[in-house]
This record gives sequence, C-alpha cells and structure tokens, in this order.
Amino acid sequence: MKVRVLVRLKPGVLDPQGRAVHHSLEGLGFEGVEDVRIGRVIEMDLADGTSDAAIDDMCQKLLANMVIEDYSIEKLGQTEPA
Amino acid sequence: MSFRAAVITFPGSNCDRDMAVAIEQVSGTAPLRVWHGDDALPQGLDFIALPGGFSYGDYLRSGAMASRSPIMKAVVKAAEAGVPVLGVCNGFQVLTEAGLLPGALMRNAGQNFICRTMPLTVENNQTLFTSAYEAGETVRIPVAHHDGNFFADEDTLDRIEGEGRVAFRYTEPCNGSRRDIAGILNASGNVLGMMPHPERAIEDVLGSSDGRRLYESVMGSLVSA
Repeated sequence: MKVRVLVRLKPGVLDPQGRAVHHSLEGLGFEGVEDVRIGRVIEMDLADGTSDAAIDDMCQKLLANMVIEDYSIEKLGQTEPA
Repeated sequence: MSFRAAVITFPGSNCDRDMAVAIEQVSGTAPLRVWHGDDALPQGLDFIALPGGFSYGDYLRSGAMASRSPIMKAVVKAAEAGVPVLGVCNGFQVLTEAGLLPGALMRNAGQNFICRTMPLTVENNQTLFTSAYEAGETVRIPVAHHDGNFFADEDTLDRIEGEGRVAFRYTEPCNGSRRDIAGILNASGNVLGMMPHPERAIEDVLGSSDGRRLYESVMGSLVSA
C-alpha cells in the first residue's frame, strides 16, 4: 500500500525558508500572500497490512523530529500492479 | 597520563581530522578513530567527540540519519554511563537528534550559511568542559554552519537555563538561536553540544587559541576525578 506522510513545522516555530519564499512571491508581484510554511512529503510503499502503529512509530522515530515538527498520515490505497 | 579519546566519523563528516589533531595537540595522545558502521566503541574511553560536517548529506534533517547509525547506540550507552561526549556543529545536531540533548537545530534565521569567528560568553565554568575558562569570560571561536538556529520551547529553555546547562552563549545575535544559545549540556553535565568549532581555535596562528581550554578542561576533569 502507498502511504503519504506530511511533515510540517509546528505552529509557532519560525520557518526561515517559508519566510524567504514568502518574500520572493511578494517580489514577483503576487498580492495577498499572508504566510508561507514549507513542509516535507514522504511517500512510502509498504507491505499491505502494515499496522497504523508501525507507521506512527516510523514517523516518531525518524521521519519527523517531534521537537519541532508534526506529521499526518494519508493512506493512498493498495499498491497498483506494475 | 594517557588520554583515551575517540573521534567518530560518519559518511560526510569533514571536521573529524581537525578534531583528532586538536585532541592530539592538547593531550599528546592521538585519539582512536571510529567508523559510524561499527557497533561497539573501544573499551575504557575517557572522551568521545562527534565532529562537524554534513553527515549523510544532511538528508531528511541535519544529523537525523547519523543519529540512527549503528555506532550511536554505543555512544548513547557510553554517555549514559558518564563518559564525556562532545558534539560540535553537525555533532551537536546528531546529539539532539539522538535525544541526548534537548531542542533542535534549525535553518539559520537569515537563511545564510554563516562562517565567521564569533564572540561567546562562557555562561557556566563549573562543567567538565569549561572549568579552564573564567565565568562570564568572552572567548572567540569560529562558527561555520547553515543549520545552527537552536530551538526549544520556552519551558525547556527556562529549565536548561535554570539548571546552568547553557555552557556558551553568543554575545551578539548569530543565527536566530533562542536566547542566543551556542552550546548546551545534558542534565548530568557529561554531554556538551555546541555549534562553534573549538577544534578550529587551538593555536594563535589559526586566529584564536580559545578552543584549547575546552580540551584542557576535559583532561583536567579526569586528573581531578
């Protein structure tokens, strides 16, 4: 099955990259950009039946740094045959 | 007296040789070199150093991959047993990712890689890494990093400040670090992580010899122990 993990900075943690992109968007003339935050998408192909607890464990032990980041897990369904 | 030290090298470490040279110059004994893939440390170590660099190309997060490499289980165990552990720059990032130190090191607030000699205040000289410094002394030690912006929540910051665990503080803003923190200790005081590079400040011809006393402090703590 395919699983997509979205890792993003916790609210309140300054995101220097997001801020730089925000400035660049304004520099390009886009109006009304209130805030930009940058995260990370990790897509994994896992054996069918991998438990939710195991995926949580992967996120907490490696994929996200729980000091500064939150994560969410999205299941994209079964792996399609090649 | 012989000083039995080890320098850990990860793929992408690039200050490991500088660290080894600094230890040898100050202690007179060349440190042992340990590869990240080893699963055991040499016996009877007096000191473990995690060098700077870009381990694993900073993949995922700085220090994230290295902190999960085989040797780190042994380093965590040694740290818990009281062996002095120093992490410099990427080594500091590895120690936070490994959970040996609180907080995290984020991208510098100004987005720039910062490479300059910084003035630092010695906030606590009652530690095994700083006993050869004067309390409140200003020392000059170079920084060279992209991800040195120390972050921890306010409660954690208050706690480590209150426990005297801020060893070094930038005397002027450097990289956006909370409370200008440059180096912190673990609760038992035998693990120090710092972004500035003491190994690059061991003789005047390098621009500063203020880093020397950090190694002298560690050696002195062994003599007096």
